[in-house]
Amino acid sequence: MRPKFSDFSLVNHGIDRRGFIKSVGASGALLFTANWTWAQEKPAKKYGGEGMPGGTKSDPKLFVAINHDGTIDITVTRSEMGQGIRSSLALVVADEMEADWERCRVVQAVGDEAKYGNQNTDGSRSMRHWYEPMRQCGATVRAIIEAAAAAGWNVPVREVRASKHSVIHALSRRKADFAELVGVIASFEAPDPISIRYKNPRTYRYIGKEHTHSADAASMVSGTAIYGGDIRSAGMVYAVVARPPVLGSRVESFDDSEALKVKGVLKVMPIEGAAVPSGFKPIGGIAVVAENTWSAIKGREALKVEWSSSPHDSYESEAYRQRLEEASSNPGKLVRSVGDVEAAFSKAKKTHAATYYLPHIAHAPMEPPVSTAILRNNFLEIWAPTQAPQAARTEAAERVGLPLEKTRINVTLLGGGFGRKSKADFISEAVEIAKAFPGRAARVQWTREDDIRHDYYHTVSGEHLEASLDRRGKVSGWLHRSVAPTISSIFNQDPKHQQEFESNMGHSNVPFAIPNVRIENPEIAAHARIGWFRSVSNIPHGFAVQSFIAELAEEAGKDPLRFYLDLLGDDREINPGELKDGWNHGEDPKKYPVDTGRLRNVLNVATKEAGWGKRLPKGRGMGFAVHYSFVSYVAAVLEVEVEKDGNLIVHKATMAIDCGPRINPDRIRSQMEGSCVMGIGLATTGEVSFENGSAKQSNFHDYQVPRISLAPKSMSVHLVDPEKKVELGGVGEPGVPPIAPALCNAIYAATGKRIRRLPIGDQLA
Amino acid sequence: MTTIHLNGQDREVDAPDDMPLLWAIRDVLGFTGTKYGCGMGLCGACTMHMDGAPIRSCVTPISAAAGKKITTIEALGKEKVGKAVQEAWVKVGVPQCGYCQCGQVMSATALLTRNPSPNEEEIETSMAGNICRCGTYNRIKTAINTASESLNGGAK
Repeated sequence: MRPKFSDFSLVNHGIDRRGFIKSVGASGALLFTANWTWAQEKPAKKYGGEGMPGGTKSDPKLFVAINHDGTIDITVTRSEMGQGIRSSLALVVADEMEADWERCRVVQAVGDEAKYGNQNTDGSRSMRHWYEPMRQCGATVRAIIEAAAAAGWNVPVREVRASKHSVIHALSRRKADFAELVGVIASFEAPDPISIRYKNPRTYRYIGKEHTHSADAASMVSGTAIYGGDIRSAGMVYAVVARPPVLGSRVESFDDSEALKVKGVLKVMPIEGAAVPSGFKPIGGIAVVAENTWSAIKGREALKVEWSSSPHDSYESEAYRQRLEEASSNPGKLVRSVGDVEAAFSKAKKTHAATYYLPHIAHAPMEPPVSTAILRNNFLEIWAPTQAPQAARTEAAERVGLPLEKTRINVTLLGGGFGRKSKADFISEAVEIAKAFPGRAARVQWTREDDIRHDYYHTVSGEHLEASLDRRGKVSGWLHRSVAPTISSIFNQDPKHQQEFESNMGHSNVPFAIPNVRIENPEIAAHARIGWFRSVSNIPHGFAVQSFIAELAEEAGKDPLRFYLDLLGDDREINPGELKDGWNHGEDPKKYPVDTGRLRNVLNVATKEAGWGKRLPKGRGMGFAVHYSFVSYVAAVLEVEVEKDGNLIVHKATMAIDCGPRINPDRIRSQMEGSCVMGIGLATTGEVSFENGSAKQSNFHDYQVPRISLAPKSMSVHLVDPEKKVELGGVGEPGVPPIAPALCNAIYAATGKRIRRLPIGDQLA
Repeated sequence: MTTIHLNGQDREVDAPDDMPLLWAIRDVLGFTGTKYGCGMGLCGACTMHMDGAPIRSCVTPISAAAGKKITTIEALGKEKVGKAVQEAWVKVGVPQCGYCQCGQVMSATALLTRNPSPNEEEIETSMAGNICRCGTYNRIKTAINTASESLNGGAK
């Protein structure tokens, strides 16, 4: 006998809502308990969502619960950090199950990959990995509801259909709201397996439609949304940590006598730091724990710490820049070779070379790292704005010596992530303090200074390009050497080369129709923690490649657009393997070839919409760039003016993206808008530089991010329909890489000044 | 002990005189809508209204707020302008991560209260102190115009 749904009727998620986060008046509810399986071909190598730890899940009992009032709770397992994923995934479920969005509520899953599948919110892959599972989930729920209603009315299931939160039997003109069906569903025995059918896309209400439905916008603008620092608990302690200023430095000694005199300070305690490479673990230091954040900050100001010397004490950014540029001017590890570049160069009518530099940048999410933990009754509970809850939970469980099931990590909203909050270091710190204050919640608050001085920085790089032009002005040879400390340096001892996933971000995998190509990666060591920053290595590679092509067009005496399209060659789908891209963002190379036709298409749309080639007012210039990343295609055209004093005005930004099928168009557009502003910021002022091993910048006065006046005066985003059937692409990151080169190409067009070193800073003055 | 008039009620705050209003309201009184972003008055995430004017509460000691009328995001929806701004923000789909948006909304409300029909330059000037790392600035401008129109009965 199959179980009835009622056997599993539980108070909906009661256990998950326990704790400090206020429950939103949940009544008793019904959990679906479907256990059907779908036959799935298992490819030899797993790609996409299936290739991720934990894979994907679509079982409705994990994601959907109908409350007795007919409202629907939809559980989302990915972290919300501004991309709108909580809304977008829930809308997919709601649409397929014919639920009314106004009667749906989004529930955030706790970190539990064994239960929910992969939860790492990074790599611009939430929608492309979870669209199909969520559709399947929604369609299954609809099938159950329809079958239950048909059984209740004693009519064939084919005669009923769900529509707008009701089930309709047209023949008898009967209609029942989902609320009226809760009892029926509870006693319904579902066939096993139940047959599901997807909605005809023409009947979608939310998927692919223009709307601004959001699970969170209203709470975000009224102060009720819960972020990492908004968890409240009686008796909570608040900590800030003094951390070693240089990579590899440790506490030699400390004097806490003055700190302990500060009113409200409860305890000063060392936090054990992991040795370099420290991975995602804390770098150690001294924690000042107090009754409130302010006392902790004042206590830390009064603390005296002696730090040990480190092999990285001599890290100095200007000297390092010279080393990068020097390294890039000499041969290095061969990454990809086609034809004979040397021969092409020697036969060329003309050759051109340029070296570009991009500094470290800090993520600087508006919410600096912060988290709260409590250890009580042999159970550890955490609240954190994390992109990777499972990894944080696993690490935390080890720290307190409890099995995983004796730990829970609640994922709050993230006040920005951009890759920073994939690392659990700031969560482990809270766990260490919670261990010292059993029974009391412990919060670790990073100040802005902590955030900028102890980030997992975006890499710093030197990019050297050389190319030859033949008699007709066509590129006959292409040499690109990229030198940058690798992200793998946070896991491995002193690696010197970029990993495949870094080279495959716009360095090795350029898809141009050039007969002779040589891609090299000379070595360099890391002297700071390097991490993933939104778009990662696509930023330096894209900047160098797209700037260099504009320079080549000039050398060839051709219009940059015509020159670029010529460089792309005929439309073709390229196997990523041919471009030495064995990584391909984790996607199946058959489903995700590199498609030059899609690059051409977005570039054509963006330049046409921007009015490429039109006469501009005096002093203005237009530049473009187009870049493939995260299996999506994005072009940007910027129109700028540089005033006499060097002040930069971005008059207009025009972007075009082809990310395959579009699920939530407004959020795709908003990601492009945000990427544009972030890209302008990193190009104009984004720089963290080092002196005596320490970051020189510390807050928004010396680490400047764009303010409203630097945003483009007008901005348009064009969502481009692919010319053929293609798979879903990424959205959160691919908008960033084309912005800095488009900006600098526009500045060149306006002023004749070529920017090869970022940030632009005062180079226009 | 300092008494402030917070969101229509007198509140006694047991905090040292130099504690910024931000931490007093968040940690001592427990209202978490106002956010910490920089601690130096550079980013505007902590914007509140003191006697109607926008202030950066991370650099305003509690002692400077004694006896003053403080409005935080929690009570903004009770005001006509504040409510219109919040509604415009949702309609236009301004928030991405949302963390800075309470501060943005506080600054925008102060602007529209003072100047019901700001031009683009006035918007940029008034909003210059509020950073949004997600880069929602263009929609912020649109939402301010939307709120302005709704407050002015459809005309800007």
